[in-house]
Amino acid sequence: MKADTNESKIFKVSRRDFVKTTSMSISGLLLGISFSCSDTAKKLSGNPEYVFSPNLFITLNGNGDVTLIAHRSEMGTGIRTSLPLIMADEMEADWNRVKVVQAVGDEKYGDQNTDGSYSVRMFFTPLRKAGATVRLLLEQAAAKEWDVDVSECKAKNHEVVHSSGKTLGFGLLAEKAAALPMPEESSVKLKEPKDFKYISKQSSIVDLKDIVTGKAKFGFDNNHLPNTKIAVVKRNPEPGAGLKSFIADNAVKVPGVIKVFTLDAPGFPTTLNKPLGGVVVVAENTWAALEGRKALDVTWNKGMNADYDTKSYNNAMLKSVKTKGKVRRENGQVDKALASAKKIIEADYVVPLLSHTPMETPCALAHVHDNACEVWAPVQDPQGVRKSLAEALGMDLKNVTVNITLLGGAFGRKSKPDFVVEAALISRTMGTPIKILWTREDDIQHDFYHFPSAQHIKVGIDENNKVTSWLHRSAFPPIDGTSNANAKEASGAELSMGMIDLPYAIENVCCETQEAEAKIRIGWLRSVANIHHAYAVGCTLDEVAKARGVDPVQNMLDLLGDDRTIDFNSLTSEFWNYSEKLEDFPWSTARFRHVIETAKEKSNWGKSLPKGSGQGFAAHRSFLTYVACVVEVAVDANNKIRIPKVDYVVDCGVPVNPERIKAQFEGGAAFAASLALKSEITVSNGAVQQSNFHNYQVGRMSDSPYETAVHIIESNEKPTGVGEPPVPPFIPALCNAIYAATGKRVRQLPVRLA
Amino acid sequence: MASVKLKINDKNYTVEVDPKMPLLWAIRDVVGLTGTKYGCGIAQCGACTVHLDGTPVRSCSIPVTAANNKNITTIEGLSTDNSHPVQQAWIQEQVPQCGYCQSGQIMAATALLKKNPNPTDKDIDTAMQGHICRCGTYPRIRKAIKTASQLMGQKASAK
Ligand code: FES
Ligand code: FES
Repeated sequence: MKADTNESKIFKVSRRDFVKTTSMSISGLLLGISFSCSDTAKKLSGNPEYVFSPNLFITLNGNGDVTLIAHRSEMGTGIRTSLPLIMADEMEADWNRVKVVQAVGDEKYGDQNTDGSYSVRMFFTPLRKAGATVRLLLEQAAAKEWDVDVSECKAKNHEVVHSSGKTLGFGLLAEKAAALPMPEESSVKLKEPKDFKYISKQSSIVDLKDIVTGKAKFGFDNNHLPNTKIAVVKRNPEPGAGLKSFIADNAVKVPGVIKVFTLDAPGFPTTLNKPLGGVVVVAENTWAALEGRKALDVTWNKGMNADYDTKSYNNAMLKSVKTKGKVRRENGQVDKALASAKKIIEADYVVPLLSHTPMETPCALAHVHDNACEVWAPVQDPQGVRKSLAEALGMDLKNVTVNITLLGGAFGRKSKPDFVVEAALISRTMGTPIKILWTREDDIQHDFYHFPSAQHIKVGIDENNKVTSWLHRSAFPPIDGTSNANAKEASGAELSMGMIDLPYAIENVCCETQEAEAKIRIGWLRSVANIHHAYAVGCTLDEVAKARGVDPVQNMLDLLGDDRTIDFNSLTSEFWNYSEKLEDFPWSTARFRHVIETAKEKSNWGKSLPKGSGQGFAAHRSFLTYVACVVEVAVDANNKIRIPKVDYVVDCGVPVNPERIKAQFEGGAAFAASLALKSEITVSNGAVQQSNFHNYQVGRMSDSPYETAVHIIESNEKPTGVGEPPVPPFIPALCNAIYAATGKRVRQLPVRLA
Repeated sequence: MASVKLKINDKNYTVEVDPKMPLLWAIRDVVGLTGTKYGCGIAQCGACTVHLDGTPVRSCSIPVTAANNKNITTIEGLSTDNSHPVQQAWIQEQVPQCGYCQSGQIMAATALLKKNPNPTDKDIDTAMQGHICRCGTYPRIRKAIKTASQLMGQKASAK
């Protein structure tokens, strides 16, 4: 049934391609793994029950139905649509005949960790090849059927057309194609971009109708197994510190409560993948579980972070960046240049802990039985979840099944498996399916927060009005500190998000860090360290422009210098290019310049505005995508800030799904506005002080940009991600606009004008 | 325990529940309709919005007994086939990203348009201020409400 040689060849082709695309962990994508003809298939041409599965991702039925696998998690970016669209396009499948099926978490699909804005970047070419291979097989099958040369046959819109005009539908060709050997890689031709029918064209997400009718199933909606019980956990307000004692007498009296028991705390460090432990309440329904939990009487242990207080902690970080730190990038002699500078710009920036708060809180349905575990959960990293489950349950990986539901938002929170592991451990104890749910209070008080940070930037301008020196110091606890108590130093990757990747042609540059300890769980939040770095750098550039007496856009172009690709590896040994080689994804100042110049033009930069209004500008490359952003604000007499207009210009290479790219930028602007204007997590005596949306504020409609225009640069460069890149430049552009409107500099987030 | 009669989307249910149980959990856990979402539990986010005798309410913050013998409409009852003009507009403007908040947004928008067929930006701000979308679909929600208003106007004038 299968040709082993061809199989392994295609396998190698795909693997090599992957290794080339990225050095991130790849466990092998088995494109073109085998022809798995269904055993029941009758050898009849056009048998509607025939199942042709030329590779892991594509199935063509004898009736013409196509099933495409979506193996990355859908959390609102549209990836569950965009990746299948790429395959359908190359395959010449009719999108209306396509059904998208979500994969389970399994290494055979290659990387499934939906994080870091790289789904399209990593899978564009391999999935095109997967689709194009099937297209070629169908053309070859038609050629054989008609006894003509394959060059006379062209697949088009779900059928193969001969140059004479006769046609054969895909379904009729399925069985014939299955009998052919896998084509040589060299014979598989990808489409010319001009022939794309779905890529770069308008299309709507596959779940749209289910969402607007309430049929779409999120993780929170999964309790379809018979006898499912609901669980909630009461956790120590100081994450990691354990339980001293508890009295459950009143809790078990609550009607519907079935059982109360404990889950061990992980201790310190809390780690990225272990649950926090606590007291578990299992009940017949959600309300009973919540009432039972409320009735618990718990005494907690105090742990090593019992004295954590964000006010003093942030002050200590702020103090630390006033003095020399560990050098992470050094070009020229900053001290000397600063000493001889004619003008000095100097400022400090502080960003608080921030919480993800996706609208769907963490939740999972787990069923552990007979030495097997199956879960349904909204997770970004299903393979990581699978491994964590196997480890926590002491089970073989093969006995663990992770089904991925729709994610009601994630922003990095759901890349951690802790809540799924909780559900599985509880299910094992109970012997029934368990749905765990986190309330909003649980979510806000026990998140993996965005780092708190302090930064200091000092810039020197010489007598010729030239910027000659740039000193940037950053202090924040590394994400690694969540798992490793000795990790107190930001990693090169974290610093390559907006600090040591400073692209400006400045002779003397020095980037330094100060140590900081993770006193609470720290994790990735949409665009990660770019958030605080881009904020400080973008605001500083605006100050430099003022000091030089130059327009901010012109100032940035001046600093950028001549068009070139920057060899960051020669500037700092710690540079990280989002896991890609610089030769594959160079740092191009020409592309950066182009988005900047386009933003100036599209935003009507410098237009006259009434008093109390202003425009602000910033640009930033993150996740290999180039973005320029102009924000317009209007500040009223009560210091209420409105954002009437945002203009983004984005160069993300080939724009695979322009409609969803726009959506990501509109949403990214609102998300960033929310972070900058509203949100702050504070900690006192080791406990988070916010608990729900009344005191952890997030952006609502009137806080968010009224209009966000997204201008996408036409490009044939390799596609790069768009989920995170909207966030970093927005915040400095907003703060610079606030300065233009009010004359006030924003050096601490969230913005407080009064 | 109390016996409560719920009329949801024109179907009758009798549920035996703790009278303090919020309507949200009765709808989701007991009746089994999951289109209505949980987002905060304290009337801050709007994800749980349903109509009670035509008025939008936060189902997380009213006890199930308050809905006894009243007409409840959830997202599942707006239409069975996406035909409601608000759903049409939501599809046309491609509003949802993750989609989780959208049933609450749609229920709020529907109630707004019923009361006020031609809302201004300010009316929209006021009506939708209690509805959080972390994905930031706000500009499209605004646009879709205006589109729905037009669609409803066309429907009305065609009659
Ligand atoms: S869940 Fe009811 S308002 Fe948030
Ligand atoms: S669409 Fe995701 S929260 Fe609104």
